[in-house]
Amino acid sequence: MSAAAQDIATRNAVIARAIIYAVLILFAVYYLLPLYVMLANSLKPLDEIRQGNMLALPQEWTIAPWLSAWSTAQIGVQPTGLKPYFLNSVLMVVPAVAISTILGALNGYVLTKWRFRGDNIVFGLMLLSCFIPFQIVLIPSARILGLLGLAGTVPGLVLIHAVYGLGFTTLFFRNYYEAFPNELVRAAQIDGATFFQIFRRILLPSSGPIIVVTVIWQFTNIWNDFLFGSSFSSVDSIPITVALNNLVNSSTGVKEYNVHFAGAILAALPTLIVYIVSGRYFVRGLMAGAVKG
Amino acid sequence: MSFLQIRNLDKSFGATRILKDINLEIAEGGFLVLVGPSGCGKSTLLNCIAGLEPITSGDISIGGRSVAGLHPSKRDIAMVFQSYALYPNMTVAGNIAFGMEIRGVPKAERDKAIREVADMLQIGHLLDRKPSQLSGGQRQRVAMGRALVRDPQVFLFDEPLSNLDAKLRVDMRTEIKRLHQRMKTTIVYVTHDQIEAMTLATKIAVLKDGVLQQFGSPAEIYNNPTNMFVADFMGSPAMNLLSGTIERDVEGVKVSLARAHGEPLKLAISEPNGLAAHAGREVVFGIRPEALTDPDGADRNARSIVEGDCLIEVVEPAGSDTFAVTRLGGKEVTARLRADARIQAGQPARLAFNLDKAVFFDPQTQARIA
Repeated sequence: MSAAAQDIATRNAVIARAIIYAVLILFAVYYLLPLYVMLANSLKPLDEIRQGNMLALPQEWTIAPWLSAWSTAQIGVQPTGLKPYFLNSVLMVVPAVAISTILGALNGYVLTKWRFRGDNIVFGLMLLSCFIPFQIVLIPSARILGLLGLAGTVPGLVLIHAVYGLGFTTLFFRNYYEAFPNELVRAAQIDGATFFQIFRRILLPSSGPIIVVTVIWQFTNIWNDFLFGSSFSSVDSIPITVALNNLVNSSTGVKEYNVHFAGAILAALPTLIVYIVSGRYFVRGLMAGAVKG
Repeated sequence: MSFLQIRNLDKSFGATRILKDINLEIAEGGFLVLVGPSGCGKSTLLNCIAGLEPITSGDISIGGRSVAGLHPSKRDIAMVFQSYALYPNMTVAGNIAFGMEIRGVPKAERDKAIREVADMLQIGHLLDRKPSQLSGGQRQRVAMGRALVRDPQVFLFDEPLSNLDAKLRVDMRTEIKRLHQRMKTTIVYVTHDQIEAMTLATKIAVLKDGVLQQFGSPAEIYNNPTNMFVADFMGSPAMNLLSGTIERDVEGVKVSLARAHGEPLKLAISEPNGLAAHAGREVVFGIRPEALTDPDGADRNARSIVEGDCLIEVVEPAGSDTFAVTRLGGKEVTARLRADARIQAGQPARLAFNLDKAVFFDPQTQARIA
């Protein structure tokens, strides 16, 4: 190739790269814009929003809308802010995620390392639960919660979410453990380790990536859930998603958009943090077996 | 007195019979090798001995005690796996000590045992590493260390060398043999490599399709195969198996082998044993390459050596020997000649058949005739 031709080729490569970056930046801006609007407007007094320029930075910076959203805003009939509901959500999410993850891991362990007759049918049935729409199980769930005396309580929501998440967590762990060498389990059996010792000492320490995937998945789904939250909660067990709705839809007084924006960000914050902290494991874990074959 | 005894063992997965009526026994301190092609059931048999697979019927006893219903950890065995099966989250020391830890052996005692085994296998400098930081050969040693530290009644090896490169495999083979001579513990060893079987074993069991083909010392298996499968499977290059016809005339019994050109080659058999009964019938004539050589290289102690001219098709010098390919009975036949034997491809050469070592099979049943 001549020097001139090589120069042209190099220049073309630079141009192509520039176009790629331009498009990428454009999309990044496009996706970040809503977050920017929310953030910018949550830090403005209400008057500035009313003037109509949603995209402008605040002229007068204030955190009052955040404080209001957190502790004094009118939620339904109570002026409590989102705080108690945020707490409800934490009390619901943490046990639900923990229970469904631990049971999913045990299920995956049994379904791959302690195979029994009909195990694939059991697994198939559990998979089926991933595809059942939430709405179908509402009435049976309500009946069961009623029978258990858990209707309208946080433990009731924990139970519903843990059970509903089990299909997914089992799928994740089963596929991950499917690729885990059987010979390790056999070696541990010869070493005399029991069912739970093998699980705790051999499998769990190698399960980091899939635990992260499951926790993120379950945390996001349960935290963001609205349907179960609105169906099965009573006044003092309302999760934050439902509370946010009540905040935004309060029909009395003026619409405090800045408070609504702040409240929406507050409600989304935990999932955002979970993603930022462990997001890189998420992709790695998904690659490591959850969606493989 | 047999130490490990397997009686009438059957193993089925669903409707498929994997192992059919296996009977084996090995004396204390013996080295039993289970050999056969892949899918023959040898690893399943080992897993049955280990207790990792339940048996369908029959019995397995170790040291006079039936272990058929016992959990793997209660059988007083230790196993080395093909993939080594080292616990990836534990250090080498942790791997070796895991079994003792589970059994509740005190820490000081564990450390002492780890040190002893590490010294024996020269892995003392690796004790703090994770398995992922080890080479294949080192992992192999650690896997053996984990087995050795148990000091069991029987060691079980499941194709332990198959993941190593050729040179390392030979080194480790020698090491396993040395270890066995030193420990004098009974070993059951699975391999598909017939050379490993020959070099290591005191007894070999050849399996095919879940059926025990032959059980005997390496020399018995090699020199007196009971059927064509064993004859073909053991030995490298493989035994020549060619079709011939038994003829009987006033001079005695002969085996006639078709040659590519000219008259068939007729080899007089001085000790026909049962062969006379097969006169006029087709048989399979089996002769190992080393029993078919140049006349000067033939075994001087052999009782019946018959010479014949054969057309050499290909000459393959291998350094220590020269292999010559000729054609007899419609099949390629490999002869093993001295390195400096003067032969040329395309020329006839005189070959000496050591008929002491020749074997005959029935072409239908594939069983040994003589």
